[in-house]
Amino acid sequence: MSREAQWEVVIGLETHAQLQTRSKIFSGAATAFGAEPNRQACAVDIALPGVLPVLNREAVVCAIKFGLAVGAQIAPRSIFARKNYFYPDLPKGYQISQYEIPVVLGGGVAIKVSPDGTPREKIVRLTRAHLEEDAGKSLHEDFHGKTGIDLNRAGTPLLEIVTEPDMSSSAEAVAYAKALHSLVTWIGICDGNMQEGSFRCDANVSVRRPGEPLGTRREIKNLNSFRFLQQAIDYEIQWQINEIEEGRKIQQATVLFNPDTGETRAMRSKEDAHDYRYFPDPDLLPLEITPAWIDEVKSGLPELPGAMRARFERDFGLNAYDAEVLTDELAKARYFETAVAGAGAANAKLCANWVMGEIASRLNAEQREFAQLPVSAAQLAGVVARIADGTISNKMAREVFDALWNGEAADADTVIAARGLKQVSDASAIEPIIEEVLAANPKSVEEFRAGKEKAFNALVGQIMKTTKGKANPQQVNDLLRRKLGA
Amino acid sequence: MSLTPDEVRRIARLARLEISAEETDRTREQLNGILAFIEQLQAVDTAGVEPMAHAMDIVQRLRSDAVTEPDRREAFQAIAPETEAGLYLVPKVIE
Amino acid sequence: MIDSSLKQLSAALAGKQVSAAELATVFLERIERLNPTINAFVTIDRDRTLAQARAADERRAQGERAPLLGVPLAHKDIFCTEGWLTTCGSKMLANFVSPYDAHVVSRFKAAGAVMLGKLNMDEFAMGSSNETSHFGPVKNPWDLDRVPGGSSGGSAASVAARLTPAATGTDTGGSIRQPAALCGLTGLKPTYGVCSRFGMIAFASSLDQAGPMTRSAEDSALMLNAMAGYDERDSTSLQRPPEDYGRDLDKPLAGLRIGLPREFFGSGMDDDVRAAVEAALNEYRKLGATTVEVGLPNSGLSVPAYYVIAPAEASSNLSRFDGVRYGHRAAEYGDLVEMYCKSRAEGFGAEVKRRILIGTYVLSHGYYDAYYLKAQKIRRLIATDFQRAFEQCDVIMGPTAPSVAFRFGEKSADPVQMYLSDIYTIAVNLAGLPGMSIPCGFGAHGMPVGLQVIGPWFGEAKMLNVAHQYQQGTDWHARMPEGVK
Repeated sequence: MSREAQWEVVIGLETHAQLQTRSKIFSGAATAFGAEPNRQACAVDIALPGVLPVLNREAVVCAIKFGLAVGAQIAPRSIFARKNYFYPDLPKGYQISQYEIPVVLGGGVAIKVSPDGTPREKIVRLTRAHLEEDAGKSLHEDFHGKTGIDLNRAGTPLLEIVTEPDMSSSAEAVAYAKALHSLVTWIGICDGNMQEGSFRCDANVSVRRPGEPLGTRREIKNLNSFRFLQQAIDYEIQWQINEIEEGRKIQQATVLFNPDTGETRAMRSKEDAHDYRYFPDPDLLPLEITPAWIDEVKSGLPELPGAMRARFERDFGLNAYDAEVLTDELAKARYFETAVAGAGAANAKLCANWVMGEIASRLNAEQREFAQLPVSAAQLAGVVARIADGTISNKMAREVFDALWNGEAADADTVIAARGLKQVSDASAIEPIIEEVLAANPKSVEEFRAGKEKAFNALVGQIMKTTKGKANPQQVNDLLRRKLGA
Repeated sequence: MSLTPDEVRRIARLARLEISAEETDRTREQLNGILAFIEQLQAVDTAGVEPMAHAMDIVQRLRSDAVTEPDRREAFQAIAPETEAGLYLVPKVIE
Repeated sequence: MIDSSLKQLSAALAGKQVSAAELATVFLERIERLNPTINAFVTIDRDRTLAQARAADERRAQGERAPLLGVPLAHKDIFCTEGWLTTCGSKMLANFVSPYDAHVVSRFKAAGAVMLGKLNMDEFAMGSSNETSHFGPVKNPWDLDRVPGGSSGGSAASVAARLTPAATGTDTGGSIRQPAALCGLTGLKPTYGVCSRFGMIAFASSLDQAGPMTRSAEDSALMLNAMAGYDERDSTSLQRPPEDYGRDLDKPLAGLRIGLPREFFGSGMDDDVRAAVEAALNEYRKLGATTVEVGLPNSGLSVPAYYVIAPAEASSNLSRFDGVRYGHRAAEYGDLVEMYCKSRAEGFGAEVKRRILIGTYVLSHGYYDAYYLKAQKIRRLIATDFQRAFEQCDVIMGPTAPSVAFRFGEKSADPVQMYLSDIYTIAVNLAGLPGMSIPCGFGAHGMPVGLQVIGPWFGEAKMLNVAHQYQQGTDWHARMPEGVK
C-alpha cells in the first residue's frame, strides 16, 4: 500500500471574488485597479471619525446572481456584522462582513473528477456565500524599515464563497476553483483577474487515516493562481502527513504559501486573532431581498453554462467535449451561437471547429481575449457558409479569414471576389485540365496503375497547381479516378 | 463573574490598550464592579424574545453604484502621523 | 441681547437692528470674559467666526431670508467641523482638524447660522459630569463647584451662561437631557434617525442622536427644524417629509394624557426633585391635562442593559483610533502592537478605556450570548414596555435626573454610581424614542431641576407643544444664573 493510500485528504475552499462594481461596497470611492496609493480611498475607506457605511445595490445584485447560478437559497433578510481585529490595512479596526445570516446559503458547483481514471461528475457543495469588504494592502518594501499602507483596495466589494470540505485532492480543488472562476466570470460578477487579486482562494487542508475523525486543519491564505493552489495544497498534504508520521500533532494555523520555495509557513500576525468579537453592525440595517427583486435579477441572468452545454449537444449535435470547451467562457459561447445562427445549425460542427481551432490558436498566439476578437461572429458565419456550399476550400477559407482578421474587408464574399478565390466545381472546366495533366505525366499514370497511391496524389497536385488552387479538390479527386478508371 | 488579572490583560491586549502592572489591579476592581452590576440581567427570563439590534425595525437602504468621492489624499494625509509616497507608514508588519 | 431668544435674535437680524457681525462680537467677548471660569468652549476662532458672520450679513444684503441667518450658536465638539479642531474631548483627537462637516453642521451652515466655537464634553461622550474631558471639567454656571452634567456639559453650561443663545448636543443615554436638567435648560433628543449621524463621532451607533439645547422649547423647535432631515450618507437616517417642529407650539393642552410610570416615581429620586416634578405636573393639570399611571416594568434594567450594549458598540467604534491615519500616536514604541497599545493607552482617558474593556469583554468569545445578546433581548422588552404605555397616554413624564447637579468628585470614584445618574434617561435611547428635559424649578442649593417629557416615535412636535405651553405660564427656563449676569 502506497503512503498516499493510507491517508485521506479533506479540503474546503474559501474564495474571495472581487465584485465588478464601479464604486466600493460601502462608499462612493472608485474601485478601478492600479491607481496611485490612497487616491481611491475616501473618508469612509480610511475610517475618519464620524463617517458611515451605505450599502452599494450593485454588490447585492452580484450576490443574488451568484446565488441563482449555484442553485442556492437567497436569504430574504441577511445581516452585516463587524469582525473586530487590529491590522494596519483594516482602517476601522473591524471588517464589515456577514456572519450569522449570510446572503447566500447552500448551492453547489459541478466539477469533473477522475480519482480512478474514470471521469465522472461531482458536486462540490457550498456552505454559504457572503458579502464583505476587502482590506487595504500592506507594502513591505523598505520604507526605512517600516511598512507602507495603501487603502485603495479597502472597501472593495467581495463575495466570499465557502465550500463544504468536499474535495479530496489538489486536483479536485483546482477543478472546483476553475469551475467557480468560469462561473463568476460567466455571470459577470467578477473579472476573474487572478494576478490583480480579483479571484483568490484560501484552502483549508487536513489529513486523516481512513475511518478516523477529521484531522486538524490549516488554512493556506491568499492563493492567487491555480498553479499555486495545486502546489500549496500538495506541499501542505505532505507536510501534515510527515508531521503526524513523526509523532507530532497538527496545530490549527493560518499559513502562507511561498511560491519561490514552494513551501507553506505559519503567519505570525494571526497569532492572537482568534477572538473576532462579531456582532451586528449598528450602522447597517438588515438587508432585505424580496422575491420580486430576485425575479428581476434572474431575468437579466445569462443562460448558465450547464444548460447551454446540454442545449448545444441536443440542438447542434455537438459531442460533450466540444460543448464543454465552447461553454467555458460566455463570450466564446455567445460568439459560437451567433456564428451558428448565421451559418445555419447544419454547419454547427464546422463553426465549432473554427472557434476551437483557428480562432483559439490565433487568440492564444496574440494573447487576446474573445471579447477583443477582430472577426465578428457574422463574418465567421459568412466564411463557414462558403465552405459549406463548396465555394471555397478550407485552405481558401483560412486565407479569407486572415483577410477579415486584418480588417481588409467587411465580409467573406468581398474577399472571395476581390482575390478571385472562387473554387471551380464545374466538370466541363476541370476535365480539359485533367486531360492536359495526364498527357503531360504519363509516368505518374503508369505508376498509379501499378498500384502506387502516391502517384495519384502527385497528379492531383499538378491539377490543383494548374488551376491555381481554385479547383474543388473533392471534385478533382472524383473526376481523376473516373478518368483513370480506378 | 469575576475577572482574573490574566483575563484583564487578555482583554486589554485584544483591545490594544497598554495597562501597567499597577493599573491592572485597579482596573480589575472597577471592571468587576461594573460586571457585578450588569450581572442582574442574567436573572431576567428572555425566552422567546427577539434581540433588538436597532432602534427601529426598518431595512437597509441601498446606494446606486456611482463613484461620488473625489481624491482627497493630500487633505487626508495632512493630518496623518507619518506618510511617505502617498502611503501611511507603520512599524514593520511581519506576516 | 445676550438674554434674547433665538426668535428674538432672528427678528432683530431681520429688522436690521443688529448685524450678525455685531451679534457674534457680543458673544465672543462674553466667551473671552467668562469661558476661563466656565470652560465650556474648547475651541474659539474669533476671525473665522466673524468671517462667517460677515458672510451671513452679506447673504442678508443679497436678499436672503432664513430664520437662522446670522444667528450665532455653538457645536458640541463631537461634530466634525471642516477646518476646525474636532477633539471629542479627547487627547486622542487633540490635534484633529476635520476635513469635512457633520451633516448637522452643514445644515446649520446652509441655514446661515454663525458658529461661535466648539464645546467641551465628556471624552467621546462617555460621562455624566463632564469630568472625563481631556480639556478639564466644565463648571455649572449655577454653582461653579458643581458639575454641569454630561456628556454635553459644555453645551449646557454655555447656553446657561449666555455664552451662546443655543447649542447642539448629542444624547446616547441622556447626554442632552441630563445636562439640560442640571443647568436649567430645554434639551431635546429626537427620535433615533431624525438627525443624521454623519460626521458625528460615534459612541454607540444604535443609540446616538443629535439634538438642540436651548433655553426655551420655541428655540428648540427652530434648532430642530435646521438640524433634522434625511441624509443619504447615514443608513439609519430616516426618509420622511420635512416637518415644521414648531407647528403645534400654540395648541392648547386640554385633553392631553400624561403617563406617569410608577417606576419613575419610586424611591430613586431626591425629595427636592420629586417636589419640583410634582409641582410641574400640577401645572399641567391646570392646563387641562390628565395624568394616568403607567408601567414600564423593565425600565429598571435599562442601565445594566445599556452598560453592555453601549460599551460593546463603543469598543468597536473606537478601534479606528489606532495612531495610523490620524490622531495621537505614541512618541516611542517598538513594534506595531506596541504602537497600537501605547498610542491608545496614552490617547484615551480612564473612563473611555474602562468602557472599551467592558465592551471588548462582553463581545468576546464565550460571553456574547450571556451579555450582548441578553442585553439586546432586554432592550426589546424595554421598548415594548413603552409601546404599551403609549396606548394609554400621549406623553410620559417624570424626572430627568434623580438629583440636582452634584459636586465635582462626588461620583467620579465609583463608575456605577455615576452610571446611575442616567437611570431615567437611558430607557428612552434603548427604545429609540424622543425625550426632552425642561426646567421645572429649583431644588437643593438653588440648583435647577428638569422635568423629562418622553414621546412616542416622531412625537417631537407634540412634545415641543407640551413644553412650550408650560413655559408660557412659568419662567424657570428664563432664569439666569447670578454669577454670569
